[in-house]
Amino acid sequence: MARRVLIKGNEAIAMGAIEAGCRFYFGYPITPQNEIPEYMSMAMPKLGGTFLQAESEVASINMLLGAAATGARVMTSSSSPGISLKQEGISYLAGSQIPGVIVNMSRSGPGLGGIHPSQGDYFQSTRGGGHGDYRTLVLAPSTAQENYDLTMLAFDLAEKYRNPVMILGDALIGQIKEPVELKSYRKKPQDKPWALTGAKGRHGQILKSLFLADGELTDHNWMLAKKYKSMEKEVRFETYRAEDAQLMLVAFGSVGRILKTSVDILREKGKAVGLLRPITVYPFPKQAVRQAAEEAKALMVMELNTGQMVEDVKLAAECACPVDFYGRPPGSIPTPDELAKEAMKVWRKRGLK
Amino acid sequence: MSAKPKLKQVFDRPKSLKDVPYHYCPGCHHGLIHRLVAEQIDAFGLQESTLAAASVGCSVLLYDYFDVDIVESPHGRAAAVATGLKRAKPDSFVFTYQGDGDLAAIGTAEIVHAANRGEKITVIFVNNAVFGMTGGQMAPTTLEGQVTTTSPYGRSAAEAGLPIRVCEMLSTLEGTAFAARVAVDNIKNLKKAKAALKRAFTYQTKGWGFSFVEFLSSCPTNWKMTPEEANARVGKEMADYFPLGVYKDVRAN
Amino acid sequence: MYFDTIIAGFGGQGVLLMGNVLAYAAMHAGKQVTYMPVYGVEMRGGTANCTVVISDRPVGSPIIHEPVSAVVMNRPSAEKFGPMVKKKGQVFVNASLIKEGQFTTRAKTVCWVPTMELASDIGNRRLANMVMLGAVVQGGGMLTIQQVADALSGALDPRYHKMIPANVGALKAGARFISEQKAAKKG
Ligand SMILES: Cc1ncc(C[n+]2csc(CCOP(=O)(O)OP(=O)(O)O)c2C)c(N)n1
Ligand code: SF4
Ligand SMILES: [Mg+2]
Repeated sequence: MARRVLIKGNEAIAMGAIEAGCRFYFGYPITPQNEIPEYMSMAMPKLGGTFLQAESEVASINMLLGAAATGARVMTSSSSPGISLKQEGISYLAGSQIPGVIVNMSRSGPGLGGIHPSQGDYFQSTRGGGHGDYRTLVLAPSTAQENYDLTMLAFDLAEKYRNPVMILGDALIGQIKEPVELKSYRKKPQDKPWALTGAKGRHGQILKSLFLADGELTDHNWMLAKKYKSMEKEVRFETYRAEDAQLMLVAFGSVGRILKTSVDILREKGKAVGLLRPITVYPFPKQAVRQAAEEAKALMVMELNTGQMVEDVKLAAECACPVDFYGRPPGSIPTPDELAKEAMKVWRKRGLK
Repeated sequence: MSAKPKLKQVFDRPKSLKDVPYHYCPGCHHGLIHRLVAEQIDAFGLQESTLAAASVGCSVLLYDYFDVDIVESPHGRAAAVATGLKRAKPDSFVFTYQGDGDLAAIGTAEIVHAANRGEKITVIFVNNAVFGMTGGQMAPTTLEGQVTTTSPYGRSAAEAGLPIRVCEMLSTLEGTAFAARVAVDNIKNLKKAKAALKRAFTYQTKGWGFSFVEFLSSCPTNWKMTPEEANARVGKEMADYFPLGVYKDVRAN
Repeated sequence: MYFDTIIAGFGGQGVLLMGNVLAYAAMHAGKQVTYMPVYGVEMRGGTANCTVVISDRPVGSPIIHEPVSAVVMNRPSAEKFGPMVKKKGQVFVNASLIKEGQFTTRAKTVCWVPTMELASDIGNRRLANMVMLGAVVQGGGMLTIQQVADALSGALDPRYHKMIPANVGALKAGARFISEQKAAKKG
C-alpha cells in the first residue's frame, strides 16, 4: 500500500532514486540540493550501496560515467554552478551512450549568483549544455510528488535510450516540503548487453565517443540524431482548466505550479484562462503548444528568467497566435496574484473577452 | 612619574579593513584571521598595491571587509585566478584566502600547480575541517570519526581516506618557498601566526616565491559546539593531527 | 478553506518544529499542505522561520509575501513579519518576549500569548512553542486541536514519543487561552 509522508523535494528525489534501484550516488555539496547527498549518506550504507562525496563536480560526473558503464543505476546531483562543471562529463555520456541521472536543483546565476530559485538553466539543459551536437532528456517536476515519480522514470528513460537524463528543478522544488505518496517501483531490470562486465565468453567491448575512421563520426552523429528524434514520443505535459481557454499560459516547474492558483483566480473572475505545463522540456511538447496556439486567442509564457522557454513556444506556435512573455529574474518568487495581474495585462492588450 | 599617565592606543582597526561588522557566527575564527592579514597589509604598506582572489566558502564576502582590490573566483580556482593577477601585475601583492573545501577538495589541482610553478603569491588557507558555508558537510580535512552531515556515521578512513595534511603535501614541492601551519586559539599561537604571516609577506614582497600559511580554524556552528568548546578543539584534536609549525622556509638564515 | 502563516523566532525556540507539526497534522487531516523553511546562509545568524500553507485545493506557491497570519516568537521576527500580514489577518505574538509598541502591523487581530508563563503553568517551560501552536490552531481555525494532537506521533521522532501527553497538554493550554480571551471580549 502506498504510504504518505511529508518530505522535502530533495528527499523525494533521493527516495525515488533508491526505490528505482539506484545504489550508486556521487556528489559534491552545494546549496540548495544538499539534502540529496545528505539523505544518500544516511541511506546507502544501510542498503549496501555506495555514497561517495567526490572532490568536485567534475570528479562526481566521471564517477557516474564509470559506474554507469558497468550497467549500474547511478545518480549525481548538484545545482547550477556545479552543473556547469559536469557538462564535459555529460557530453561524454551522450557521445558514449552511457545512461545516467543528473539532478539540477537550479539556483540563480550567472557565476556564483545566489541561492534563489531560478529557471536560468533552461537553455543549458535543453540544448545539450556541453560541447557537441547532442541532447539530454530533461524532466521538469513541479511538486515533491513529481520529484519522486519522475526520478524513477528518469532511470527507465536513461536506460531505454542509453542517454543521460536530467531532472531540472529549482531551489523552490528542492526545499519545499509536502505530502508524497511513496509508490513502489515495479519495472523489471532490462538487459544491458552494452555494459562492461568483463569479456567473459565474448570479445571485449568498448564504450567511447572518439571516432577517427573515415565517416565513422558522421554515422555516429546521424545515429544519435535519429535517437533524439525517437525520444519525441516521451513528451509529457499537463493541462489545467485548458478547455475553452482564450488565453493559454505556458510555464514549467515552480512557475507552472504557482500559475495553477493564478488560473483559479482568473477563472473565478470569469476569464477563460488555462495552463499548459511541459513536464518534459526536452523533448518539448511542440504539438500540444501548436494545438493550443490554434485553439486559444493568445499564448503567454511565464518564466523565472528573462526569456528562454518562450523561444521554444514561439517556434512551436508557428505564428498561429500571438505569444506574450512575462519573466522574472532571480530575487523574489512571484505570487499567484502578481502573475494573475500580468496575465490580465495580456488579456486586455489582446482584446480578449 | 607624571600625574597624567600617557595613554597610547594599542588596539585599532587596521586601515585595510573596512569599518563594518562581520557576518561570521559567534566564535568563528575567520574574523580574527582577516584582521591578522589586514595588519600585515598595513605593516608592509601594501593596501594600494594588493590584488586579492576571494574564494567560495564562508569567506566569500571577503570584499565586504577588506578595503583592497578583490576579484571573485569560482569555487576552488583562486590559485589560478591569483596566477593570472600576478602574471599581469607582477609588482602587486597578490593573495588568495581559501577554505579547506575550496582549496583541498575542488581546488586541489590549482593549488598544487600554482605551488609547483612557484607562483609568487601568498595563499591564506583556513582549515576548519568542514564545509562551513554549505551547512557542515565532510571536507578533505575532516578528522577520522568526525560526524558531519555527509558522514553521519563518522568519517571512515576506508571510505573517505584520512584527512589531507595540505601544508606537508605542498612542502614536498620544489616550488613552495614558505609553508607554515598556525592557529589563533590562544595568545601564544596568535603571536606565532603573526610571525608566519609576516614571513609569508616578506617572501612575496622580496620576490622569493610561493608562500603558504594554513590556519587551523573553528566552526562552532557546524561542529555543534559552543565557541569555547570549538576553540579548545582547535588546540587539541585539530593540532594533534595537523601539527603546528613552519614546514618550509627556504631562505631561513 | 485556506490558511497560511509565517512562523519565526530564534534558533532553539522550536519554530521549525511548530511548522512541521502543523504541516504534518494538515496532511493527516487530508488537506493540501506545503512547508517551506529558510535554507542556506540565511540559516546562520540565529534566526529561523518557515512558511506553512494549508488549503483544500493544491497549493500553488509555498512562499507568501502577504501572509494571512504570522507567528512571531521574538522581537526581530515581530519587526520583520508583523508589517507583512494582511489587513484582515492575525498576528500571534509571544508576549513573554515581545512588548506592545515594539513592532507595527496592519493586521486587525493581534493575539498576545504569554507562551512561557502558560508553559510554566503546565510544568514545562520548554513547551512554549507547543502552547503557541495550540493558540494558532484555535485562533486560525484551520484544524482542530484534536487533529494536531493525533498527528504528534507521526510528526515527532520516536525518541520524543514519551513527551506526547505533555505536548498535547501544551496545545490545549494555548487553545484554552485563546478561547478565554474571546469569551472575555464578548462578555
Ligand atoms: C562549483 C561549485 N560547487 C559547489 C559550490 C558550493 N559551495 C560553496 S562554499 C563550499 C565549500 C565551503 O567550504 P570551505 O571552502 O571549507 O569554506 P568554509 O565555509 O568552511 O570557510 C561549497 C561546496 C559552489 N559554490 N560552486
Ligand atoms: S558556518 Fe562556521 S566557518 Fe562559517 S561563519 Fe559560521 S562558524 Fe564560521
Ligand atoms: Mg571549511
